[in-house]
Parts: sequence; structure tokens; C-alpha cells
Amino acid sequence: MKKLAPKINVTLKVWRQKNPDDPGHFEMIPASNISTHMSFLELLDTVNEQLTQEGKDPIAFDNDCREGICGMCGAVINGRAHGPEKATTLCQLHMRKFGDGETIAIEPFRARAFKIIKDLAVDRSPFDQIIQAGGYISVNTGGAPDANAIPIPQDVAEKSMDAAACIGCGACVAACPSASAMLFVSGKISQLALLPQGKPEAAKRALSMVRAMDACGFGNCSNHRECEASCPKELSIVNIARLNREFFKASFFSAEK
Amino acid sequence: MQLDAKVPGGSLTAKWDRHRFELKLVNPANKRKFEIIVVGTGLAGGSASASLAELGYDVKTFCIQDSPRRAHSIAAQGGINAAKNYQNDGDSIWRLFYDTIKGGDFRAREANVYRLAQLSTDIIDHCVAQGIPFARDYGGLLANRSFGGAQVSRTFYARGQTGQQLLLGAYGALMRQVAAGKVQMLPRREMVDLVLIDGHARGIVVRNLITGAFESHAADAVIVATGGYGNVFYLSTNAESANVGACFRAYKQGALYANPCFTQIHPTCIPHTGERQSKLTLMSESLRNDGRVWVPRNPGDIRDPQDIPEADRFYFLEEKYPSFGNLVPRDVASRNAKDQCDAGRGVGLTRCAVYLDFTDAIQRDGRELIAKKYGNLFDMYERITDESPYTTPMTIYPASHYTMGGLWVDYNLMSNIPGLFVLGEANFSDHGANRLGASALMQGLADGYFVIPYTIGGYFAGTDLPRFSDDHAAFKDATLAADAKTKKLMSIQGRRTVDNIARQLGRIMWEYCGMTRNTQGLAKAAKLIQELRAEFWENVRVPGSDKDFNKSLEKAGRLADTLDFAEIMVHDALGRAESCGCHFREEFQTSEGEAQRDDANFCHVALWEYNGEGRPPLFHKEPLVFENVELTQRSYK
Repeated sequence: MKKLAPKINVTLKVWRQKNPDDPGHFEMIPASNISTHMSFLELLDTVNEQLTQEGKDPIAFDNDCREGICGMCGAVINGRAHGPEKATTLCQLHMRKFGDGETIAIEPFRARAFKIIKDLAVDRSPFDQIIQAGGYISVNTGGAPDANAIPIPQDVAEKSMDAAACIGCGACVAACPSASAMLFVSGKISQLALLPQGKPEAAKRALSMVRAMDACGFGNCSNHRECEASCPKELSIVNIARLNREFFKASFFSAEK
Repeated sequence: MQLDAKVPGGSLTAKWDRHRFELKLVNPANKRKFEIIVVGTGLAGGSASASLAELGYDVKTFCIQDSPRRAHSIAAQGGINAAKNYQNDGDSIWRLFYDTIKGGDFRAREANVYRLAQLSTDIIDHCVAQGIPFARDYGGLLANRSFGGAQVSRTFYARGQTGQQLLLGAYGALMRQVAAGKVQMLPRREMVDLVLIDGHARGIVVRNLITGAFESHAADAVIVATGGYGNVFYLSTNAESANVGACFRAYKQGALYANPCFTQIHPTCIPHTGERQSKLTLMSESLRNDGRVWVPRNPGDIRDPQDIPEADRFYFLEEKYPSFGNLVPRDVASRNAKDQCDAGRGVGLTRCAVYLDFTDAIQRDGRELIAKKYGNLFDMYERITDESPYTTPMTIYPASHYTMGGLWVDYNLMSNIPGLFVLGEANFSDHGANRLGASALMQGLADGYFVIPYTIGGYFAGTDLPRFSDDHAAFKDATLAADAKTKKLMSIQGRRTVDNIARQLGRIMWEYCGMTRNTQGLAKAAKLIQELRAEFWENVRVPGSDKDFNKSLEKAGRLADTLDFAEIMVHDALGRAESCGCHFREEFQTSEGEAQRDDANFCHVALWEYNGEGRPPLFHKEPLVFENVELTQRSYK
């Protein structure tokens, strides 16, 4: 027989920043009587309703699907992107993972390439710019051959799917000491390079996506593996190795510039 | 009102071919002279933006999130249907068409549904060419599974993330066109009005969600692909930002709302547990392929599931529907779960849930195989509930998931406002009174990739469209009205938060206009909504500034529209004095408790026209004519 969830009291030590130019500061906000069944975003909702009633400005944060797939939510909780749980986005993190009386530090995803918009909301449009540089197969609608025309070995399709699971949340960047976007880039490069349909453009794609990543101000991979540890979809850094191979192959053995 | 669905003549199988030939073409060199606005970047809006730009049109695309990749199509789990018949199990375009028409309880337009089934195969071809990593068999060919409401395996899938993969495919295609300079992408914008000039849709006004500024955008046609209104129930499987606003704005400009009471309640969601809950998470319907749904046979039996012996378990779907068993369509599965809970057999914390049990499947196939099929869903379930479905049966309960109703469109997907096209879940067209599993992705992509690229050309080639820019007076008027509404919302400074009022509206709708409905309840709901609307405009509290990133203000604007829309929904539910598909009026049921249609009086699309502030909407109807299928009582026994 299921039991009612216990309630806890916590204190939020949350980053407040009015706009990109404001220096920002931490603010302490108490939250009492929090059901441990709540998700972390529901905690923020509750605190925001309380702040609204008190005539204060609620905490701004991005979110949408609340089921761990859209990639829109995210914050650094007690020093870890998306919080302490492995393979879990912030919206899927539940208050049962926190103790009564705990102080919880909440900060935005910080990186030079991610400008802070307000409080916990950041601008991740550089990810879109990287995809624009080649994160697709150049096929127009119409004219595709029958879907079963080219068999793809099951293990290859599975590896491609592993890499394609990225939700573009940016936790990898926030967790990386060099604010590198290599795990993000490698997911798309790997997904497409593994498939026969993606091979014709593989060299061009690797060169141009890496160039776009650099231009956006992301750092380079320094093998700390923090990205992999924080990734809510558990993307492996094997993909970064594949990205490096694709990049070197393209640089040395292809006609692409 | 004269309504013409513009369904082409000729045999059902030849209509689309014939129509494509009869549509006038726009010269390739002239396409760049036409500007198209697309609102929404889910499967329908994303695929439409990319395909139209590929053809050479100038496209401006808007989304409410920070990136087009966030649209809620991304959350679709189970799969996408296509009549490929790769499994050699008797599938065909005709069978997919028939299943969809029957699944919708004969309340959809034949010609549209047949076209959808025809295009389904092209979608899979295109998505594979885009590099979507669909599941495959050992030989390297595409794998399929079966889904609720079908007895063939026609569902293509990418683990439990099919929607994500299809959306990222469309997003990639869209990003390619952004890079090519053919699409201008404007994220973090919310459409606040549709602008009509000389009776044609000629642009939109949006609010920039970071700065709060209103922006005007003119075009030659407007495509609305902003999804459904499932959040009218507050708790739903929809994303937080999903809202009826764009469609409702179009409605207030004269677009007809079709069948708003057709809302799908999905049977397999994680049950509600607490007052502050903001979301009900869907567990893919594919779980019903292997999970067995049951409740204790004796009401009030509060033993743990493992302590309840086989004889005391009631596998109600298997017993009532021996041929479809746990795979009955969503509306049937949902209503039966509700009936069991109403009869006191509910389980879980609130006694308002049923079990979905994998014990037998794990014994039969082994834990490894089950983990391979459903591992990510089981993990998600455990994260949310703290219980492992490998050892304890899941508890599930129905939740608002999808809306079949939407803006009325003709065969070209154009609304009754010339130049306003409506795609995907936002339109009403293909699913009748109930959508089958794995058909939403199919419809969104068919509309965007394969229908609108043809039909919008026919509109442009056959319409005289003088040039207008965004400094036309109509844009100024729309901006002033939107600004006045915003200022009004900010000025109230009452005592209740937006969420607090939204929750109350959700409870009203769930109680009286949810899985089952009756005359008294609906009348009561209409009154309660009116009272709540008055309360909202007197007592809502929106903090912060309107010239800032302000989520409370966004939500307040949406709730204002939702409160108005909810009333139309109730009105429609009251007017449809029959049961069909998801719309179950308690007064109209068969002796076995199934939905009892009234084809003599209600074989039509119910349409509502805005009739001014405070006045009930005007009713119109599009009769549904079935030339190719016989209307039967749906039976899944």
C-alpha cells in the first residue's frame, strides 16, 4: 500500500540576475512544506507562487515538456548540471532526493557562449547555429528511395540512435571546465556519419560544424568527461572520439576545406 | 455561411492525384516573390517550413520556445504509422484508411483520411533518407510493432523516442534552410493576433517573449501549426507552453472552430498524486503490447498487488474485449479504467489508477528483452514514482493528451479565412472523434511535407494578392489591442496567481467535460467557467513588468484565451447529443455501455463561429458523406 509522501523544508540559494548586463547575485529563499513527490520544477513553481503573493519577482527559468525530452530546462544544482541524479533532467529530478533542512544552490548553465537572459534562463541559440552549419542530411522532400532500399545493420542503427538521443539541453557545456560543446556536436556527427545516408556529406559536415562550434566561443575537449557524467541522455564520449576521427579524416584525406 | 470542403471528384483512390493535377502551379522563378509565415515548429510547422523553403518560397517561422527543436512533437514516444506492409501481415493503404475512419468513430472526412493513408508511406521513405535511426531487425530492414486499435504491425519507431527523432529530422531540414537564407527563424515569439486585410490572412502580430515588444510581420499566407488545446484540463501530457492562443486568435478573426469537444484522454499515464502537480507524464501506449491491465476484482481490496491472487484479479479489458484485449483504442481503454475506479476498484495512492503489469511478459520473454523494448520508459516511470515496473506493476490512469478538434480546414488545409492554413493537431481534419495511436506524427508530417507544398501553390496561383507591408493600419490596430490586453492583465493586481486559476479551470473541465459528460454537468460547467472568467479579470495577480521576460504574463494571456475557449468546448459537448469516440455522453450508450452514435442527426462536423464578445457562438455544420465505408457500431470484442 503506497504511503503519502513526506514533506520537507529547504532553503534555495538561487542566482538572480535581472538581465544580461546585471552582475547578478545569490538570494536565499525558504521553501517550506515541500512534498517529496514534487519535481524540482514544481518546487520552483511553488516558490514562484509564494513570491508572486509577496509582491516579488518570480524566479525566471526555462522549461517546457517536463518529461525530460525537450531539453529546455536545466540549471546547475549544488554544483552539478541538472542536479545529483544520473541520467536525469532537472524536470525529472524529484524532491525525494533532497533532505529536510537542506540548502540547495541553484545557478544557470554558465558558459561564455550561453548568455544569461534572466535568472536561470540562458540563450542556447549557438546550438542552433552549429546545427545550421551541417547537422542534417541534404535531402529535399520528395524523391527518396523506398525506406528498405538500403539495409542498415541493427548494431549500426542502434549506435546511431545512441548518438541521436541528445536533447540539446547544454548540460555538457555547463559541466565542462572548458565550456566545450564537443559532446553535443559529436552526437549529431556520429548519428549521421554512422548511417549510409549520411556518408556523402560526412567530411564537409565535420569540418563545418567544428568551425561553427569554435566561432560560437565554445572551448575544446580536454578529456575531463564531465559532459558524459552530466548528460541526461548518457551520451558516451565514444562519440567525441568518433568526431575527432571524422574531423581528422576530413582534414587530411578529403577535398573539403 | 457557405462552406466548401473542396473535396475533388472521382474515386477515393484517385482524388489526390487528380487534385494535384488540377491545382495551378507557381512558376519556380516566381516562388521567391511569395512570403509565407509559419507559426509553430513541431512536426507540422517544422516540416512545412523546410519543404516550402526548399521549393523557393520565402518563409518566416516563429516558435514560442528558445529553439524550434523544443516543440512538443518531441515528446511523442511510441511511433508513426505507415501502410508499408513490410511485415506481410495484410496491411494496405485501404486498411490504414479504414482503421483510421473507424477508430475516429466515423466523424472524419473520407477524402482527407484516405490521402493521409496514401502519404504515410512517403513519410517513412523521406525520414529514412534524412537519417532518422528507426529500429531495425537483424537483417537491417525496418522493424515494426502494433499499436492500439490495429491488428497489423504498421508502426515504425525509434526506441521510445520516435517523436524526438522525427522532429529533429524536420528541425535539421529547417536549419538547413535557415543556413541557405530561405527561412528566417524567430524563436521566443508568441502570436497574439492574426491580421486580415481585405478578408485575407496577411500577417501576424507577435510578442517578443524576452523584451515584451510587439512585432508586426506581413506575408502572403499564414500557416498556423501550433498544436492542440489539451492544457485546457491544466493537468495533461502536453508541454507547459502548449496553448490554444494562436488558434483562438484566428477564431476571433472569423476562422471556424470544428468539433472542439473532441479531446483525447490517453489511457496510460502516470497518475495524479498531489495538488502542486504540474504535469501528467505519458507512458507510451506500446506498453499495452506486453503489459496486462487489471484491478482487484473486489472493490476496496487494498492488498499490495503481489498479494492479490490470480482469482481475485480482474483483467477487465481482456475479459470484455477478447479479440483486441489490452490493445483496444484509447477512448475505450480510458473509459473502462475510469469505470473500474468509479466502481471502487481503483488502486494506488489515490485509489484512482489501474495496474499495468509486466510480470507475465518478463516471465515469457525474459527481463532483458523487455528492458530492450521499454527500458527507457521503465526508467522514466521509476524516476517519477520511485517504483520499479520490473518488480511492481505500474499504476496508470488516463490523462488529457491530444485534441482531435481544431480549426476547420478544407481539403487544401485552408481555413474559411482565405490564406490561413492550419496544419497538424491544430486542425480538425483526420482523426474524427478519436485518434489512433501513432497517427499524430503521421498526420503532422503528411500535412507539412506532402500536402501544404502543393495546396499553397494552388492558392497563390489562383489568388490576386496585392502587396502590403507591416506598416498597414491593420497591424497597428492589432498591436494596440494586444497591448491593451497586456496592460489590463498587469493592472489587476488581485490576490490569485495565474496557476491557481488555471488549476481551477482544469478541475472544472476534467470533472464535467472530461472522459464522460452529461447535460447537467455541462450546464454547470458553463456557469462555473463564466464565474471563473469574471474572477480572473478581477482577481488575477501578474507580477513583474510587461517589458521583460515574464512567464507569469505569458501564462495569464494564454489563460485568458483558454477561459473563453473552454466555454465553446462545453457548448459543443452539450450540442452533440450523441456519444462518439472520445465524446461519451452518459445519456447515449448501448446496452453494453459503449458509445451510441446518432448518425441520423450528428453525422457532421460541428462548427462554431465567433459572434462578438459575450454572445454565444453561431453554429454551422459540414455534413459528412461516406461513399466508401459503411457506418457500423465500433466493436472491439
